[in-house]
Amino acid sequence: MPVYLDHAATTPMREEVLVAYLEHLRAVGNPSSVHRFGQDVRNVLEAARESLASSIGCNRSEVIFTSGGTESDNLAVKGLYWQRRVEDANRKIIVTAATEHHGVLDPIFWLEQHQGAEVALIPVDRNGVFDLGWLQQFVEQRGQEIALISLMWVNNETGVIANIEKITQIAGLAGIPVHSDAVAAFGHIPVNFAESGLAAMSVTAHKVGGPVGVGALVVGRQVKLVSLTHGGGQERGMRSGTMDAAGASAFALAAQISVSELPARQSKMAALSQQLISGVYGIAPDAVFSRGEALGLAETVHFAFDGCSSDSLIFLLDAAGVSVSAGSACTAGVNRPSHVLLAMGRTEAEANGVLRITLGHNTSESCVAAFLSAFPQAYAAAKKAGLASK
Amino acid sequence: MSGGVDSAVAAARAVEAGHEVVGVHLALSRMPGTLRTGSRGCCTIEDSMDAQRAASVLGIPYYVWDFSERFKEEVVDDFIAEYEAGRTPNPCMRCNERIKFAALLEKALALGFDAVCTGHYATLLTDENGNLELHRSNALAKDQSYVLGVLTDEQLRHSMFPLGASASKDLIRAEAEARGLAVANKPDSYDICFIPEGDTQDWIADKLGNQTGQIIDREGNVLGSHEGSHGFTVGQRKGLQIGRPAADGRPRYVLEIRPKTNTVVVGPQAALAIAEMSGERFSWCGQPPASTSEWRDILVQVRAHADAVEAEFVVQDGVMVIRVKQPLLGVAPGQTAVLYLGTRVLGQVTIDQTISAVSVELEQGLV
Repeated sequence: MPVYLDHAATTPMREEVLVAYLEHLRAVGNPSSVHRFGQDVRNVLEAARESLASSIGCNRSEVIFTSGGTESDNLAVKGLYWQRRVEDANRKIIVTAATEHHGVLDPIFWLEQHQGAEVALIPVDRNGVFDLGWLQQFVEQRGQEIALISLMWVNNETGVIANIEKITQIAGLAGIPVHSDAVAAFGHIPVNFAESGLAAMSVTAHKVGGPVGVGALVVGRQVKLVSLTHGGGQERGMRSGTMDAAGASAFALAAQISVSELPARQSKMAALSQQLISGVYGIAPDAVFSRGEALGLAETVHFAFDGCSSDSLIFLLDAAGVSVSAGSACTAGVNRPSHVLLAMGRTEAEANGVLRITLGHNTSESCVAAFLSAFPQAYAAAKKAGLASK
Repeated sequence: MSGGVDSAVAAARAVEAGHEVVGVHLALSRMPGTLRTGSRGCCTIEDSMDAQRAASVLGIPYYVWDFSERFKEEVVDDFIAEYEAGRTPNPCMRCNERIKFAALLEKALALGFDAVCTGHYATLLTDENGNLELHRSNALAKDQSYVLGVLTDEQLRHSMFPLGASASKDLIRAEAEARGLAVANKPDSYDICFIPEGDTQDWIADKLGNQTGQIIDREGNVLGSHEGSHGFTVGQRKGLQIGRPAADGRPRYVLEIRPKTNTVVVGPQAALAIAEMSGERFSWCGQPPASTSEWRDILVQVRAHADAVEAEFVVQDGVMVIRVKQPLLGVAPGQTAVLYLGTRVLGQVTIDQTISAVSVELEQGLV
C-alpha cells in the first residue's frame, strides 16, 4: 500500500471528525436565519467558534471563519494595510520575509505593484532564521512608516520555528500590528494567540485533520481591518458570506484533538523524525538538512541533495510507493527551485534538488521504514539522471 | 504528453499494447503559468491540465518535468543565434534533437524507462537484419518524419511512434473521442511554441534590436534600406519597401542575408531557385549508408510541409553536398534537408550554403 509522507500539504481527516462533519452536513439551515433551523445551525457554528477559540487561546469573537489559509492571509495583509493607510497615509511599509508562503508574499507584492506599498524584507540566515536584530533597528528607524509586519510562525517548507513573541515585542514598541501565518504551527507546536501579542493569525483546518475549505483568521478584538468581501456583514463585517457551520465544527473538533494530544504526539514525532534523519544521512552522507541546527518542527524533514533533481526523486519514490514532495509546486505542477531555499542564500542548483518529508498523526514507524527502504535506489537513480541531464 | 490529441492517443495505444506507461508533460517555458487563448504554446496551464486529464482517463501516472533551462539554451538561444547569423532555423527539429529525444530520453533511461513514446506521425520498421528504419507515416498529409530526421540509430532504439500506422488525423480524433479523451477536438497547434503572438519577425526584432542596413541587388547596386537583416528570411517578398521598381517590373525577393554587413540581397524569383546545397552538420537516421563517397540518387525534403524532390548526394571532406535534379525554390541556409530513400528517412543535414541555379549573368540575360 502506498505510504503518504506529505502531511504538510494536507493531512488525512480524522475518523471522528469525518463522522461529525457528515452529520452536520446533513442539517439544513442558514446560520443567519431567525427560525429554528437557522438557530440550530447557528448553535453548531458558535459552539465551534467557542471550541476553536479555546484551542487557539483567544476570545471567541476573535475567530473569523474563512475558506482557508490563503484567504486568511489575504484578508490580514490587505485588510490591515488598507486600514492603516486610512488611519495614516504615511504608513506604507510592509515588513515580511522572502521565505513566506505565497499566500502572504503574493498579496504583499500585489499591494506593492498596485497600491503604493513599500516592501521591506527581513534578512534570513542559511537556516531560514529571521534576523531580529535587523528588525529591531528597522523598527527604531522607520517605525512610523510601517503599516504592518507579517512573518510566519513555522515555515511550511523547512519547518523552522520563528520567535513570534520577540517579534511582537519589537513591533509593540512602535505600535505596529503583526500578522503571522500560523498554518504550519497551529496544532503542531503550542500556540496561544493571547500570549503571542499578534494582531492577526491565519490557521486552517486541513493541516490538523479537518476538511479542506475551512480556515480562520484570528483578529484581535481591538484590531480593525478593511474587509475584502462585502455583503451580508457576517463575521464582524470582515468576511461576508453564508457561514459553513459543518466545516467550522469539523475544524474545531480536529483542532481540539490536535491540541489536546500535542505533548504525546510531539515526542512520537521527534522519535520518528530522528529515525528518518539518521537513515537519510546513512544513505546520502552529503545531504544537507535545510534548517541546520535551528529550532524546527519535528514532523517536517527537509533535505537538499547535491546533483539530484526534485522531480526525479519524487517520481522514483512515488513509483516505489512512497509519496513525498519538494515543498513547492506551481499551478501547472512544475517543480521550481524553492523560493524559500533561494531566500536562504542557497544556489539554484541546491534549491533544485530538495525533498520535504512530512509526518502526520497517522504516521507510524513502518511508514518511515518504507521510505528508508525505497530511498537508496531512488537516490542512486536520481543522481544518475541528474548527471545525464547536465 | 503535450496536452494535444496526438500524444494522448499515442499514450492510449502504448497502454493498450501492454506497456507500463507514465505520462510526462514537458515544462519548457521559464515563465510557466500563463493561460493563453488563441495561439497555443507548449507550456500553458491549460495544456498541462489537458495532458493531466488525458493521463487520468487512461489511468496512468502523470508528472511535469522541467526542461525549461535546457530548452532555453538548446532551442530558443539557438533559434535567435541562427537568425542573427542570417539563417532560417527549424526549432521543432532542435527540440526533437536536443530535448525530447536527448535530455528527456537520457533522463528517462536513467530513471529506469525503456523508451520515449510520442504522438509523431511516423513509422518505425525493422529491416531483414534487425536494424530500425524510420519511415513516413501512412497518413501522408500529417507525416512528421521530416522533423524526426535528426534522430540517430541509438535514439530510434528508444523511441515509439504508435500513430505511424494510422491513415489520417481524422481517424485519430475519432479514436480519441471513442476513448473518452476530451482533447479529441482540440485544434492543432502550428505556431512556434515559445513565440506566443505567432509573429516571428516581431519577436526576433524584440530580441535583437534594430539596426539600419542596405538592401542591394546581386550586382551590388543599393536599392533601399532596412531596420535589421534578421528581420528577413530568404524567399521573402513582402515588406522590402524598395522605392524603385525592378527593370523588368517583376517583384523582387530576398535572395541572401549577409549578417556581417547587415545587408539584404534581393533579385527576381528565378534567382531564388537553387541547384545545390551543402552543410557540415549531418547525421544518419538509423544505419548509415555503406558508402557516401560516390554520388547517389535520393529524395530530398527541405521544409516540414514541402514535397520531396529528386536529387543526388555525396559526402566530400566532411561536407554533405546535395544536387537537385530540377532547380528548387524555398531553400535557405539554416533549414534542414532530410534525405529519403523512398519512404525511409536516410539522414539529414543543416544547410550551410546554397548555390543558385541562376547565375548573375543569366539573370541579366533574363531581363
